[in-house]
Amino acid sequence: MKKEIGIVFIFLSITALLAGLFFGTISSFQFVYPGFFDVIPFFKNRPLHVSLVVSWIFLSAMGGIYYYLPKYCGLPLFSRKMAVVHIWLFFITGLLIITSYMMGKFGGREYWEFPAILAIPVFISWVLFGINYFKTVLKKIGQWPVYLWMWATGICFFLFTFTEAYLWVFPYFRNNLIRDLTVQWKAGGALVGSWNMLVYGTALFVMERIKGDESVAKSKLAFWMYLLGLTNLMFGWAHHIYIVPTAPWIRYLSYGISMTELLILSKIIWNWKSSLEQAKKDYYFLPFRFLVASDIWIFLNLILAILISIPAVNIYTHGTHITVAHAMGSAIGINTMILLASVLFIISDVTKFEFVNVQKNIIRVGFWLTNVSLLLFMIFLVIAGAEKGMLVIENKLTFQEIMQKIDPYLVSFAWAGVGIFTGLLLTTVPPLIAVIKYLRKK
Amino acid sequence: MSILLKRFLFWGLISLFIINSIVIYTSGTENDPAKAYITEESKAGKLLFQEYNCISCHQIYGLGGYMGPDLTNVISERGKGELYAKSFIQSGTQRMPNFHLSENDVNALTSYLKYVDKTGFSPVKNFEIKFDGTIMQKANL
Repeated sequence: MKKEIGIVFIFLSITALLAGLFFGTISSFQFVYPGFFDVIPFFKNRPLHVSLVVSWIFLSAMGGIYYYLPKYCGLPLFSRKMAVVHIWLFFITGLLIITSYMMGKFGGREYWEFPAILAIPVFISWVLFGINYFKTVLKKIGQWPVYLWMWATGICFFLFTFTEAYLWVFPYFRNNLIRDLTVQWKAGGALVGSWNMLVYGTALFVMERIKGDESVAKSKLAFWMYLLGLTNLMFGWAHHIYIVPTAPWIRYLSYGISMTELLILSKIIWNWKSSLEQAKKDYYFLPFRFLVASDIWIFLNLILAILISIPAVNIYTHGTHITVAHAMGSAIGINTMILLASVLFIISDVTKFEFVNVQKNIIRVGFWLTNVSLLLFMIFLVIAGAEKGMLVIENKLTFQEIMQKIDPYLVSFAWAGVGIFTGLLLTTVPPLIAVIKYLRKK
Repeated sequence: MSILLKRFLFWGLISLFIINSIVIYTSGTENDPAKAYITEESKAGKLLFQEYNCISCHQIYGLGGYMGPDLTNVISERGKGELYAKSFIQSGTQRMPNFHLSENDVNALTSYLKYVDKTGFSPVKNFEIKFDGTIMQKANL
C-alpha cells in the first residue's frame, strides 16, 4: 500500500463494480417480478446499485490518476499520506452510506440518495484529492497535455456540482419546485459531465501510452474538443427538464449547445478509417480492445443523446426507458469500457502479472458477452421506451396498461442485464485476483 | 493555439457559467405558478417524499424511477385524485411497500402532491411541434 496507492483504489473500484452490478441485476428482476428477493426491496436496491456503480467510476478514475502522475508524468505525488486519508475516508463513508440504505435512511435525491449529512465526508475526500492533484501537477513546467486539463476540470466541477446538488437544504431552493428541479438537474447534468472529464482524460492518457505519441494530447484539435465538452458540461444539461416550466431561454440555450455535439459525432466518423487501421494493429492488446469498444459505444450513445436533446423527440422519450438506455449505455458502454482499459493497463504494468492464456480467454469471453448483452439491453430499453412514449402521448393509456404492454421487453432487458453482469464478472475476476496477489505480497 | 487564446476561452466560459448559474438561481426559476399552494404541510411533505426515497420508484416531471407512475398530476388526473393518492400512501400495493405512516404524514405527502399538481403538466400530452424542433406546451385535456 505504501508504494502504489492507485492500486488500492483499483481494488476497491472493482469490488464496488461487482457489488453494484449484483444489486442492479436484482433491481431489474424486482422490476419485472414483484416480490423477487424481498429481503432488500427495490427502493433500497436501486440506490445501492447507483451509488456503488458511481463509486466504481470515481474510484477507478482516481486510482488511475494517482498511478499515472508519478509513474508516467514524472510528477511525484504531493502527499501520499493525503491519498491514504482520502481512500480511508471514501471507504468508511461508503460503508456508512450502504448501512444507511439498508436501514432505510435516505436523502432521496437522484444520484445522492443517502442522508445529506454523509455528503460532508464525501466532499472532504474530494477536497483532499483536489489539493493533492493540483499541488502535484502545478509543478509541471511547460504545456499541459489535455488530459491534465480534463482531470483538473473534472475535480473542480465535481466540487462545484456536488455543492450545487445540496442547495436544496436551503428553503429558498427547496420550497420552489421549479427552482429545486432545475438546480438539481443542472447539478446532475454537470456532475455527469465532470466524471466524463475524468474518464475521457483517462482514455486519452491510455491511448497516448499505447500509441507512444505524446503530440495527440497536446494538439489544437484535442483542446477544441475539450472546450466543446466543457461547454456542454456547463450549458447542455436542460434536456432533463424541458417539460419543467422554467424560463424558456434555459431550454433554448441547452438545445443549441447540445446540437454542437454533432461536431463531435462528425469527428468520430471522420477519424473512423485511421482508427480502424490502428485497431487492427493493436487489437491483440487487451486495454486497446476496450478502448475500441468504447469508441463504438460513444458513437451510438451520442446519436441517442443528440436525438433526445431535440425537444420534439424529447417530449416522447422523456421519462421513458430510453433515458435509462442512454444512462446505462454511457455508464457501461463508454465509462466502464474506458475504465476497464485503464484498469487492465495499470494491473499489467504494476503487478508485472502476465495473464496466462486461460485468463486472457476468460477476459475475451467476458468482453464479448458484456458488449453483446449491452447491445440487447439497450435495444429492449429503447423499444420499451419508444412504445411507452407513444402509448402515453398518442393513445393516452394508463400506467398499468402501458406496463402490461411493454412487459415482454422489460423481461428481456432484465435477462440481458444478467448477461452484462456475467460478462463483467468474467472480465474483472482475473485482474482482481492479480491485484489481490499483488497487495498480499506488499 | 496560443496560451493567451486558451486562457481567454477558458476564463470566458467560466465567467459565462457563473453568470448563467446566478440567473438560473434567481430570475430563471422565479416563476412558480403554484405559489399559493405552498404551505407548512406541503413543505413537510416534500421532506417526507425525500426521506422515504419515493423518487426511486416514482417520477415528478418525468424525473425519477420507473417502478411506479409519474405523480406530477396524480391529484388532478381523471379517475384519480386526493383520496386515490391517500389510499395508496396509506396501504401500499403489491409493488409499493406500506410505510405505516401516521395520518399527519399522509396529509403532508398529499399536500405536497397537491402543490406539485398545480405547477404544470407531466407527461405533456397536448403540445404543438414548431419548425425548429421546439415544442409549445398546452394544457393537458
